[in-house]
Amino acid sequence: MRVALFVPCYVDQFYPKAAIATLELLEKLGCEVHYPKNQTCCGQPMANSGYEHLTGGCNNLFVDNFSGYDYIVCPSGSCTLHIKEHLHADGKEEQATEIRKRVYELTEFLVDILRVKQLSASFPYRVGLHQSCHGLRGLRIAQMSELVAEPFSKPAQLLDMVNGLELVPLNRQDDCCGFGGTFCVVEEAVSAKMGKDRVADHVSHGAQYITSADLSCLMHLEGILRRQNSDVKVIHVAEILNHSMQ
Amino acid sequence: MSTTTTKDHPHLAADFNRDEPRVNWHDETLWWVRAKRDIAAHKLPEWELLRETASQIKFNVLSNLSTYLEQFEANATKNGIIVHWAADAAEHNQIVHSLLEQRGITKMVKSKSMLTEECHLNDYLKDQGIDVIDSDLGERIVQLANEPPSHIVLPCIHKKKEEIGDIFHEHLGSAKGESDPKILTETARQHLREVFLTRRAALTGVNFAVAETGEFVICTNEGNADMGAHLAEIHIASMGIEKLIPERKHLGVFLRLLTRSATGQPITTYSSHFSKPQDGSEIHIVIVDNGRSIQLGREEFRNSLKCIRCGACMNTCPVYRKSGGHSYHTAVAGPIGSILAPNLDMKKYADLPFASTLCGSCSNVCPVKIDIHDQLYKWRQVIVKEGYSPKAKTMAMKAMALTLASPALYRMGGKTGRLVFKYAPFAVNNKLNPWYNQREMPKAPDESFGEWYAKRKGAKNS
Repeated sequence: MRVALFVPCYVDQFYPKAAIATLELLEKLGCEVHYPKNQTCCGQPMANSGYEHLTGGCNNLFVDNFSGYDYIVCPSGSCTLHIKEHLHADGKEEQATEIRKRVYELTEFLVDILRVKQLSASFPYRVGLHQSCHGLRGLRIAQMSELVAEPFSKPAQLLDMVNGLELVPLNRQDDCCGFGGTFCVVEEAVSAKMGKDRVADHVSHGAQYITSADLSCLMHLEGILRRQNSDVKVIHVAEILNHSMQ
Repeated sequence: MSTTTTKDHPHLAADFNRDEPRVNWHDETLWWVRAKRDIAAHKLPEWELLRETASQIKFNVLSNLSTYLEQFEANATKNGIIVHWAADAAEHNQIVHSLLEQRGITKMVKSKSMLTEECHLNDYLKDQGIDVIDSDLGERIVQLANEPPSHIVLPCIHKKKEEIGDIFHEHLGSAKGESDPKILTETARQHLREVFLTRRAALTGVNFAVAETGEFVICTNEGNADMGAHLAEIHIASMGIEKLIPERKHLGVFLRLLTRSATGQPITTYSSHFSKPQDGSEIHIVIVDNGRSIQLGREEFRNSLKCIRCGACMNTCPVYRKSGGHSYHTAVAGPIGSILAPNLDMKKYADLPFASTLCGSCSNVCPVKIDIHDQLYKWRQVIVKEGYSPKAKTMAMKAMALTLASPALYRMGGKTGRLVFKYAPFAVNNKLNPWYNQREMPKAPDESFGEWYAKRKGAKNS
């Protein structure tokens, strides 16, 4: 199985450990992982700001880098969703369509494609799971609280396989953290308040770590935790699943 | 009705956030309403089917609107109701005024109608020398406070009971410092009873207009629409063109969804059907377009007209909960307001589609399944293309697009950025960086993933 690793730009630059964990985890699970080296960004920062018409360059580059693989896997629900919903390229629409079909967020890839049933990972801590909105309501990697429907959670299903890990309950299981791309600076007051309230929910339930399938949310929550001099840390779900795994 | 400020949502939201305990209170209050909605919805296993059915019924209505409007007009007229058509807010207000003027009426009682808020009817009638009293308790409170409603279902949700006590003490003579909701409600009731008994004209909104029968339905918890309408010699009902449903049986879908979504109640205390005037009195309906047919013509935004004004999207929206209804500076606040308002004035409301994280909670509580967050995304594209985006933002976005479209520029930019973070943190950790105001910047690692990977043995670079 030839898998292309799609590393979001900000993960590449600021959170390489999460990308390394994703790579190692996929390799341990038997995938032949390739990293197309000329990849940059999915184009979401422009598109969500109203400038989707400026994403042609990013789209072309994405198609050139990611065509021809069995799957494309990304440790970010938000970037995956953007590709799934918005990747189009003039003259390469057929390839773009293939990519939209083959791109997966990491936890849904592990559960739905690799059908992972057990992991030898160990992470003996109390962990709060933050559901990123794009993963949750966009990709449906877990059931959202708004719908009258059967509950499920692909990230939680995987975390349950980790030795010693205890998931803490939350008062609001899927309220948004307030990152929102450029929202985090344009609407700084509301964004920060939303982040502070999410952090408080996790902290009050005794979480030692906050994890998520999306680092953009975690980057925002980490900024708040560090400003508060909190001992609570953020960690991408890939790093937990890969933790001490043979 | 409109606030005198020209501030946009980010600034008004920042003002609201100066009092953090108040933000917490506002957020908790609305979250409690959202939680009540969840409990009510989960009691109905067929909830999602109901939502889908309602959405499809409204889709049919919007696809055949002119037919249903004419059918409604014919049947209402047959019932003895007088139907008026208003192209915009000004015409609506003039029609209402002329109906009052012809009869020499100078005082009117009004039950809840967001359409009249949209049309700024109260201000208009005041200028014409007509005294309007809002009879919905929440609306009466904000009217006395000289403020617009902050929420379409819970107009005074931004006011604490102590503040309401102060307003009633000043205007209605309740005891100073009285904040017991029961006593305050009784004060309002006594005051409004006199109003109901003496007003010759009553204006109400319309929740549903039934094309098949020519009747219309008003949902209230206080019974104030009935009190006003039954005691007045003229009942004026204002409705937007999208309020139609084809048949009476469809009420069985919408009445079950409306209040469960709004407040978590199974149904409103009163669902009042008006089909023909009593002897000696008149019913007039003013059917208002005010931009709705333009929105109907915008294919991407048409579905916004399915809205039944339950307010569920506001209660669930974390941005609304933490910024308050007034920060949206429009009659209908929150996510639904942010996709309706740009249709009326794209320049004035260019900020609203950006007052969202696109979290998608709104679209999934919506009882008629409006794709609210997708429409927010689409409005952003329209607003930028129409030139209502700040020039500096456009420049920054062009530079960003250029950098991200080039692997070489991206690598250089990333490396430079990380070096700045590492060796010149003061360049980003300062007041000019809104991120840094309440958050630390991410720590810059020594190397990017790409740099690490290039050195890795057996790297499968492609």
